[in-house]
Amino acid sequence: MSTQEIQIPLPREITTEPRRSDKVFRGVVTIGGLSSLVLLGLIALFLGYRGFEILRQEGIGFITHSDWSIATDDAGNVIDSHFGLAAMLVGTILCSLIAVVIALPISVFSALFLNFYAPGWLKKFLITIIDMMAAFPSILFGIWGFLVLMPSIEYWAKLLHRYLGFIPIFDMQVPVFTRSPFVAGVVLAIMIIPIITSVSREIFSQAPLDRIQAAYALGATRWAMIKAVVIPHGRSGVIGGAMLGLGRAMGETVAVFTVLNIVFQINWQMLLGAGGNVASLIILKFGDASPYEIKALMAAGLVLFLLTLVVNGFANLIVKTTGKSGR
Amino acid sequence: MTTAHESETVKMQTTVKPNSLADVAQAMRAPGTRAIGTGLETRGIHAWFGKHHALSNISLDFAAGTVTALIGPSGCGKSTFIRTINRMHEFIPGAAMAGEVLLDGKDVYAPGTDVTKIRLQIGMVFQKPNPFPSMTIGENVLSGLKLAQLKVENKDELMQECLERAGLWSEVKDRLGAHGGSLSGGQQQRLCIARALAVQPQVLLMDEPCSALDPGSTLRIEDTIRHLSETMTIIIVTHNMQQAARVSDYTAFFLSEGGPGQMIEVAPTSDIFSRPQDERTENYVTGRFG
Repeated sequence: MSTQEIQIPLPREITTEPRRSDKVFRGVVTIGGLSSLVLLGLIALFLGYRGFEILRQEGIGFITHSDWSIATDDAGNVIDSHFGLAAMLVGTILCSLIAVVIALPISVFSALFLNFYAPGWLKKFLITIIDMMAAFPSILFGIWGFLVLMPSIEYWAKLLHRYLGFIPIFDMQVPVFTRSPFVAGVVLAIMIIPIITSVSREIFSQAPLDRIQAAYALGATRWAMIKAVVIPHGRSGVIGGAMLGLGRAMGETVAVFTVLNIVFQINWQMLLGAGGNVASLIILKFGDASPYEIKALMAAGLVLFLLTLVVNGFANLIVKTTGKSGR
Repeated sequence: MTTAHESETVKMQTTVKPNSLADVAQAMRAPGTRAIGTGLETRGIHAWFGKHHALSNISLDFAAGTVTALIGPSGCGKSTFIRTINRMHEFIPGAAMAGEVLLDGKDVYAPGTDVTKIRLQIGMVFQKPNPFPSMTIGENVLSGLKLAQLKVENKDELMQECLERAGLWSEVKDRLGAHGGSLSGGQQQRLCIARALAVQPQVLLMDEPCSALDPGSTLRIEDTIRHLSETMTIIIVTHNMQQAARVSDYTAFFLSEGGPGQMIEVAPTSDIFSRPQDERTENYVTGRFG
């Protein structure tokens, strides 16, 4: 035995030299992976560049005021202008929240039905239908909402107003029930059901079989098993799906434009026929906008883009923090 | 196994000849039999997976308060057989069965039977420990009550009793609020046993409960099995013949010779290992194949 003290070495640096083929492949997938980021960045840059003048002119008022007016002299020069998106942003959030509140339970129940109750042939058939729904052109949802849904939904809106009117969001002063955020929210709900359903179905189908069997072996009914195993397992995935749907609902343009009355006044009363929506505002004004107004619309696009990013970031945060407890 | 217990329970006759079933049933109704049900009988069990005939004509009786080990090479239908007993077999798409499983004389496959009640009376412990990951240790023990919507007076007392009987109480009593997944594999398996005990089954099926565990945990679970057999009927599938010899009163040898799995022989465990009747049994228990 030596009494000499052992000299503890520094950890070695470990390197690997990849082969050329690996380097090439790495380059290809890196380009693929970064291209979406680059595209997204370029779009944001373009919107910011085009809308910069308006954003600088309006400052924070662009998202806190509700106004959209341009005054020109006889020669067509702009003398005065006011742009503010507050009502549109509130409307966008209100419509999409209504959509998610309606779509989420329907989607979760249909995902559970498809995974655990539907016989094989019906399951295949329904999945095809739901996938088709996702690919359905949004203008058709809009037209259907306008021609079919709007006349019949008035009755339900009146019922909600009569019995839940004491809750501020169901209250209204003027009885105008058509073209309300509620109608737009229902149309959006139908559009995002396929997304939330397929995300939920996917996550529910990954519920661990041995836990499912454990629940059954303890005398669980199917519903008790679903509550104990499937829902805790799928919770974070379902929230992720709902946020995906929310993002889609916030960006939807044509369908909302068809059924919503755009008014530049902040309105939280979901049954009242006066709403706002950033994307619909852009489509409403774009056709006959002057080059100057186009700049304002680009700035509005940038704000919507940022709002979507914020919501998605928020969704990721929720999924990460709730995901651990479920598994 | 306590000697007092053995004298109380008339041991079953170990053959599949039809006339002996009546004898066994008679024996189990004899005075002095412990009040934990008359036991479990299977009659002519066949099982299929689609067109594959996996199990052929298994008739076995399990007297109340005994431990029966099912041994045999992989693929001979032991697990399939115990899964027909608590009706877990039917969860596999395309699975079918024939025959009767009688619990206290009633066919568990009879139309109108509440299958969830059957599974409460016939508990199961799986090969891989499978505690519910979203529940704490304490919640896992009582999960069967919640799942089957049973009410009990004193939950804490029951939880402690089940964990004690499963040999886990001393190790987890200070962290009942921790998640089930934080335990070691052997502890998780004992947690699963405690969970199965909480609904007070009269039969406990164990499908290779120690195959994923280290020798120390295995011994603890074997201790647990011996204690439990005082109050319930246990059927254990095992690949470990020493384990069968250590814990069981009876041993049944299953074998598939190309066709569906069959039961070759059933006898008191000491007989199976010392003087098996069938040459194939002897070859298997002496390690010549399998």
